[in-house]
Amino acid sequence: MTDVAVVGFAQAPHVRETEGTTNGVEMLVPVFQELFARTGLSKRDIGFWCSGSSDYLAGRAFSFVSAVDAIGAYPPINESHVEADAAWALYEAWVKIQTGEVDTALVYGFGKSSAGQLRRVLALQLDPYLVAPLWPDSVGIAGMQARLGLDSGLWTERDMAEVVARSRAAAVDNPHAQLAGQVEVDDLLTEPYFVDPLRKHDCAPITDGAAAIILAAGEKAREIAARPAWITGFAHRVDTPHIGARDLTTSPSTVAAAKAAGIDGVEVAELHAPFSHQEILLRQALGLGDAVRVNPSGGPLAGNPMFAGGLIRIGEAAGAVMGGAAGRVLAHATSGPALQQNLVCVMEGRE
Amino acid sequence: MGKQLAAVLGTGQTHHTTKRLDVSMAGLCREAIDRAMADADVDWADIDAVVLGKAPDLFEGVMMPELFLADAIGATGKPLLRVHTAGSVGGSTGVVAASLVQGGVHRRVLAVAFEKQSESNAMWALSIHPPFVMPVHAGAGGYFAPHVRSYIRRSGAPEHVGAMVAVKDRRNGARNPYAHLRQPDITLESVQASTMLWDPIRYDETCPSSDGACAVVIGDEATADAMAPRPVAWIHATAMRTEPTMFAGRDQVNPQAGQEAAAALWRQAGVTNPLEQVDAAEIYVPFSWFEPMWLENLGFAPEGQGWKLTEAGETEIGGRLPVNPSGGVLCSNPIGASGLLRFAEAAMQVMDRAGEHQVAGARTALGHAYGGGSQFFAMWLVGAAKQGVPS
Repeated sequence: MTDVAVVGFAQAPHVRETEGTTNGVEMLVPVFQELFARTGLSKRDIGFWCSGSSDYLAGRAFSFVSAVDAIGAYPPINESHVEADAAWALYEAWVKIQTGEVDTALVYGFGKSSAGQLRRVLALQLDPYLVAPLWPDSVGIAGMQARLGLDSGLWTERDMAEVVARSRAAAVDNPHAQLAGQVEVDDLLTEPYFVDPLRKHDCAPITDGAAAIILAAGEKAREIAARPAWITGFAHRVDTPHIGARDLTTSPSTVAAAKAAGIDGVEVAELHAPFSHQEILLRQALGLGDAVRVNPSGGPLAGNPMFAGGLIRIGEAAGAVMGGAAGRVLAHATSGPALQQNLVCVMEGRE
Repeated sequence: MGKQLAAVLGTGQTHHTTKRLDVSMAGLCREAIDRAMADADVDWADIDAVVLGKAPDLFEGVMMPELFLADAIGATGKPLLRVHTAGSVGGSTGVVAASLVQGGVHRRVLAVAFEKQSESNAMWALSIHPPFVMPVHAGAGGYFAPHVRSYIRRSGAPEHVGAMVAVKDRRNGARNPYAHLRQPDITLESVQASTMLWDPIRYDETCPSSDGACAVVIGDEATADAMAPRPVAWIHATAMRTEPTMFAGRDQVNPQAGQEAAAALWRQAGVTNPLEQVDAAEIYVPFSWFEPMWLENLGFAPEGQGWKLTEAGETEIGGRLPVNPSGGVLCSNPIGASGLLRFAEAAMQVMDRAGEHQVAGARTALGHAYGGGSQFFAMWLVGAAKQGVPS
């Protein structure tokens, strides 16, 4: 395989609501500017572009088309789009580089959850004939998953609150975070239930945001970045959509993706867990020991822009390598109800 | 490692019609998949990954339907990618699936694309009114009619050329058992007598709204070689290009993105004279006049001259460059699948498996798709032989 590395990452501030159109492409312009300034590249240097976003989040067909305007895509560009978190767009771009057709790619994701009611919008991901008409929303389904884990003794409400407290504390050092600060576990446990057994803080906040990453191959990567984050493993899998047919207390697709990617020896893991219990579930599924630092950025519980959140995990993990804070890192992205689809990207620094 | 050879091992499609009320979305996809897998002689254990493409989710009213379709399309436990690049998406789905093999990531990949327009209302989905964007309340025809008028004015093409395309494609469609519209008795006069919808586009010059799906299985060199003596379609080149919907000086009639995609395709494939070297073309023609427009955009004819190929009958089966021997988008338009249908039909031609609409001796064929406001382009060139191997 061709050696490919993350050589640059930029993201918009995570905020509850942005001004602008419902698809939120306006957030991309400063992100691209920051990314180009950081890497010394221009749009002319990019061999392939790929993005991730959702028409339903924006409430309109063809919402990604406007993003092409944010690029200023003339002369025409070599470009593609996935209707999924941009972590999967990064995968498509990595594959494109593997074909040898290009040696650089820019990947971006954007989502303006404030444009609609996220819980109801995500319910439209369910089987439209048999399940969606009952309107089980995304928080309700996550609540069932949390309850199953509690009842099986896989985690406790205190464990969940500890994830929240650690995430908020870590986010203090993240200038992009939406929620950050010191909170006490005992105080969190006195909060009322939101969707039993989930309290509001167990759920990722509603966030508008965007992010972008530049990938480069081999020598090109070394030219652009002092310490590129080399991708050593990249895999994704999907589980059955039938909630009743899945063991919701684990994640077979995450386990399979991690096995394919090879995660031994990672020091940092950025996990795309929009609910506190899902971080615990993923740690257990991935077999991450206590020595692995999980979500030093604060993770999704500190800010979770839909369709960019997974890409941000990869960017944050890559940042740990590029900045010298870690040698080998894991990033995870998820999509679909109750962790249905999962992606694992492993990166490392090289001397 | 560099680019690996890849080939289409098999293709499948549904019967396309206005409302496929006999199947769910899952059943529709599976109908095309089962045919493609039988054609490729593969079983589920042979499939390493699945790529699903379709146009806007609002067309069915399901957000990211590949998630709920994961079992039905055989993706559970495997990598699943969802592509969406507007109307070109079927083509992009083929390109992404090909790249998974060409990049050495997988050995066999299933690509499936579908649209089940009867689940929702595409006209409604297209008629939302986002800020700063020209409203498309009249649907795609209203959007593209001014481009057609501009083409006619610029090229001086006689009025009957559009109707000629409609007659040819509908008659071709009558030879295709899967086509939505099959009209062997259509005539130039009947097309010209049909209702004017968006001047100069008449009713018989427009594509239908279809439910339908298409699937292809793409394999690596070893798998394709092992299929001998059964023919496969070797993928000689793929290209995708994008430009914004609107900017000052943009040429919507002959978009730069389409020209550059075609140039990249011919360059990759080593084609120096497309009209001479390509034996059949499946080109995305949702309104009749787009045949001469895209013939020029693709480099089959100089600018302003494409209509002459059509008028001389050169795009009929038996002509110099048969265009849309399957009947094309004018006969079946399950939007998200339409691009992959073009790609699959091109493969069927070089595999000599196009049945009644086979172009005799086709060795090299083009599959083409476009989308958005004529701004997203995806195409591939397939051949009966490996690239560089004399056929």
